[in-house]
Amino acid sequence: MKNKKNIENDEIDCLLEAIWRRYGYDFRHYSRASIKRRIRHHMGLSDCQHISEMIPKIFHDESFFESLLNDLSISVTQMFRDPVVFNSIRQQIFPKLKTYARINIWHAGCSTGEEAYTLAILLEEEGLLNRAQIYATDFNNASIDKASRGIYPLKSLQNCNELYLSSGGKHKISDYYHANYEAIKFKQSLVDHITFAHHNLTCDQVFAQMHLILCRNVLIYFDKTLQNHVLDLCRDSLVSQGFLVLGDKENLDFTSVREDFDNFSQPHRIYRKRAGW
Amino acid sequence: MKQYDTVVIGTSAGGLGALTAILSVLPENFKLPILVVQHQPADADDFLHRHLNDLCQLNVKEASPGELIVAGRVYIAPRGYHLLVEESHRFSLSVDLPVNYAIPSIDVLFESAADVYKAKLIGVILTGANNDGALGLKEVKAQGGLTIVQAPDTAEVSCMPQAAIGMTKIDHILSLNEIASFLTKLNDVKDTDND
Ligand SMILES: C[S@@+](CC[C@H](N)C(=O)[O-])C[C@H]1O[C@@H](n2cnc3c(N)ncnc32)[C@H](O)[C@@H]1O
Repeated sequence: MKNKKNIENDEIDCLLEAIWRRYGYDFRHYSRASIKRRIRHHMGLSDCQHISEMIPKIFHDESFFESLLNDLSISVTQMFRDPVVFNSIRQQIFPKLKTYARINIWHAGCSTGEEAYTLAILLEEEGLLNRAQIYATDFNNASIDKASRGIYPLKSLQNCNELYLSSGGKHKISDYYHANYEAIKFKQSLVDHITFAHHNLTCDQVFAQMHLILCRNVLIYFDKTLQNHVLDLCRDSLVSQGFLVLGDKENLDFTSVREDFDNFSQPHRIYRKRAGW
Repeated sequence: MKQYDTVVIGTSAGGLGALTAILSVLPENFKLPILVVQHQPADADDFLHRHLNDLCQLNVKEASPGELIVAGRVYIAPRGYHLLVEESHRFSLSVDLPVNYAIPSIDVLFESAADVYKAKLIGVILTGANNDGALGLKEVKAQGGLTIVQAPDTAEVSCMPQAAIGMTKIDHILSLNEIASFLTKLNDVKDTDND
């Protein structure tokens, strides 16, 4: 006889299979412990007693799926997280990008967009924004909508100026947005250089001719198979000698693309695609 | 004596001293992996695991995602991430909202470890200033695991032990020295059983 917990695991398998068949979102290769936590949390908010009761809703109620997706996608992000990394992008990567007439940047798994605006600010300060285009993508439409609006609660920017300065910021973060009591909106000159779009890393195509890719705190949710798939996608999207920046706890060790990249700045998880690739 | 597979420890304010008191006396041949959440400010450096590694006979390191959990090592949850255990006995990390104002959160680690190790888990709550860990320890107990809490009157800050005691019938309420010798004895038993 199976005990309750084993039954729960089977229910989760069935639920993820249902999501996959009905909507094509593949969570079967996500790290199970986080997914389980999120599904339980979502069940707590719904009127379901068992995880399997969510399956018919997945098939017949799109809004139920949308809200579950929102929970499963873990969209927590902030501006200038790990400021030393952004400092290193500024000091070490940008000088190498200066030679290009047009600079293409792909920000994969951008969530609600804070990191994309971070990057735009950096580019502006280094005089590169006018030739740069940032393609910022995520598979969560609610996040992409929020990102495109570029409006954030003022209180979400607490401590932001400090982080901005430790990333090598040259002015004040408030120079880059209009603020009222509760909210800020980033300046149009930044917005103009960012294209937010839906893109699913598990099944969508490569982006061609990218000079820099940021994919931070996304791979930690994936198993080895899916990590390798996404890293192949990144490698194939980069120009020769293009740059890849991962999250603070992510690296290329033991992945299928290890031989295709050199370490550019190991402590900051910055890699450079080998020439000739 | 029942066999255990893993120890999880959670602590916040006063945790450095408490962890040092327990971990530094555990013997080199300690057989169980120990997974630790210590609340730290987001801008703390990696002092904690280096410091403990210097003082302990056991190897102390920061837990990294995908890493296989190995017996006789002490793993510290990195700042700014929740630490979880997968069925494959590997770690995963999550950038997520704080739970009980904390990331890493003790509840998150304990609940996921209880899912995986069930009755073979030992959960330990030490000194601390909020109630993170109380629900997690309850889950350890619900899965048949062993629960240990630092005696509140011996804790630098008693909130966290008290919250845990308030929510679950705890198996052992002990001082730091007693916790250390309890774990060491358990190890001796495990030693002879394995011979
Ligand atoms: C924790 S956030 C990281 C956001 C940001 N890069 C950062 O580091 O602050 C993870 C993001 O990955 C996105 N994500 C997860 N799976 C994805 C997939 N298959 N395709 C595209 N985005 C995905 C989630 O929607 C979420 O916005």
